[in-house]
Amino acid sequence: MNDESNGLRTRAMRDVFIEALGHRMKEDENIFFLCADFGSPALDRIRKECPGRFINVGIAEQNLINVATGLALEGHTVYAYAIAPFITMRAYEQIRVNLAIQSQIKELNVNLIGVGAGLSYDVSGPTHHCVEDISIMRALPGFVLFSPSDWVLASRFVDYSIRVKKPKYIRFEGKLSEQIYDDKEALRIEDGFCALRQGQGVCFISTGFMTRTALKAAAALGKNGISAGVIDLYLLKPIHGVRLFDAIKGYEAVITLEEGFVNKGGLDSAVSVLLEQNESKIKLKRMGIEDSYTFDMGTRDALHAMNGIGVGDVIAAVQGIFGNER
Amino acid sequence: MLTGAATTLSSMARRVRRETLKIHKTAPGTRIASSLSCVEIFVALYYGNVLAFDAHRPGWEGRDRLIISKGHGAISLYPILADIGYFDASELSKVCKEGSFLGGIPDCVIPGFETINGSLGHGPGVAVGMAIALKRRRNEATVFVLLGDGELYEGAVWEAIMFAGGHELDNLVMILDNNKACMLDFCKNILDMEPLAEKFRAFRWTVQTVDGHDAGALAASLAALKADRSGKPKILIADTVKGKGAPSLEGDPLSHIKNLSAAEVDSLAAGLE
Repeated sequence: MNDESNGLRTRAMRDVFIEALGHRMKEDENIFFLCADFGSPALDRIRKECPGRFINVGIAEQNLINVATGLALEGHTVYAYAIAPFITMRAYEQIRVNLAIQSQIKELNVNLIGVGAGLSYDVSGPTHHCVEDISIMRALPGFVLFSPSDWVLASRFVDYSIRVKKPKYIRFEGKLSEQIYDDKEALRIEDGFCALRQGQGVCFISTGFMTRTALKAAAALGKNGISAGVIDLYLLKPIHGVRLFDAIKGYEAVITLEEGFVNKGGLDSAVSVLLEQNESKIKLKRMGIEDSYTFDMGTRDALHAMNGIGVGDVIAAVQGIFGNER
Repeated sequence: MLTGAATTLSSMARRVRRETLKIHKTAPGTRIASSLSCVEIFVALYYGNVLAFDAHRPGWEGRDRLIISKGHGAISLYPILADIGYFDASELSKVCKEGSFLGGIPDCVIPGFETINGSLGHGPGVAVGMAIALKRRRNEATVFVLLGDGELYEGAVWEAIMFAGGHELDNLVMILDNNKACMLDFCKNILDMEPLAEKFRAFRWTVQTVDGHDAGALAASLAALKADRSGKPKILIADTVKGKGAPSLEGDPLSHIKNLSAAEVDSLAAGLE
């Protein structure tokens, strides 16, 4: 997927998103962009072209959320930008009270952009790994949770984020992202997921970076005669349960893939609930990070292997369910 | 109703205190000691020609914004909001009862309340956001935010204080209900925060102090601070007594969690007639 000779480009989600947002901010004076001392080359342009509407609050995530709330209560569309584990967990109670609870009464369009989803910040260690965010942000009523798998999806969220006046959490990859989607093709964020690959028997439901893993595993399995489906679930809340179940009901097994804790309310839990609600007999295998943090150093792939969520682990899991060939 | 014969701020404060006690009698889950320390502050804001408001248009663009960061201690605002027409006075007998929108801690479901309240320390940051928005729109309104002194233990408060000073938000007025007590003890025994005024000055705030139970002095100070647009956020440190007017609460380090008996309320209310 990372072969630019195929016409596929590698870009940073945050740069693409902020670049597109910057164009909208020039036209729409109602938009503010706040950050907690966290940058992007594309931000320099906003700082220059939209003075007064770019505010660096400093390394102060709690204040970031509170100030964003005050601006939103005055009718502004606000983006609050910081490192993923800090914007979600350092300021979780501010998010819960001022955004989740309050938005049930008042319209608040506050878009939290967390950069460094999952194990993006591989060598920075467990303080910078963000493996709880899917679970804890899904727990908040009224929130939209967007977890794109590539930069094309990330850029398409700009329009949605301005249009849908709700609090949102946008979890971005910390490293460059490989292109999966066609940047010329229309994509509807509201659809919530995309079946990137049709299969038989087994289907991966993946989110964020793990969609790349799912595609790699599916390609490798294909060579062994196993046709695995891949569903990229980029909207983790709200989940369109009827459409999603319709997309998986023909499979015998579903494997969820997330770069986050399993059995704690994340993607795996959402799919498990969906299967239960439909009284489905589809087998469910949850792949994600077990109940511990990772101190060991290594590349992203090495960290995935340590946590049993590497491409090889995924292939082995399918073979464990179906044997080597179908 | 509170209006009518009451002509002075102090007599208005007596009435509000009496109505607040009556609410506590029917809704003993309310934090009465905290609500009694800020009676004169609310009276000064609403009856002392300080706040710009329109009870019939709670979202009026020109209104001054008042954020009650010490949400638990704002039951004393209910009788005032009812009196000036935000909602019907008959609602006051329903506080904390099933079907009522008036809870033990007021929220933005209540006409006249700008924000969600109850979790301490959020108000100043939210007020900062509003102040930035108003300045950008060249809206002359002022953002007021009421805090309890115990709330200053919350770190997020100081993030906002530092930000407001650095960004010269002179359309922001903080009112500190300095009643000197938290839930379990007096603040000086928990962690002494003095000298408070110097702390705020160091963060580039204009500081005034006032007797927090002198409604006239409060109104004069608040009006002056509201008018002062000299490039600094402003704080009025209102020296108050937790449980003011209820002898069994005043001076008790545990007054925060104490209720008044129905007989005590009746006796105190009678004294305020």
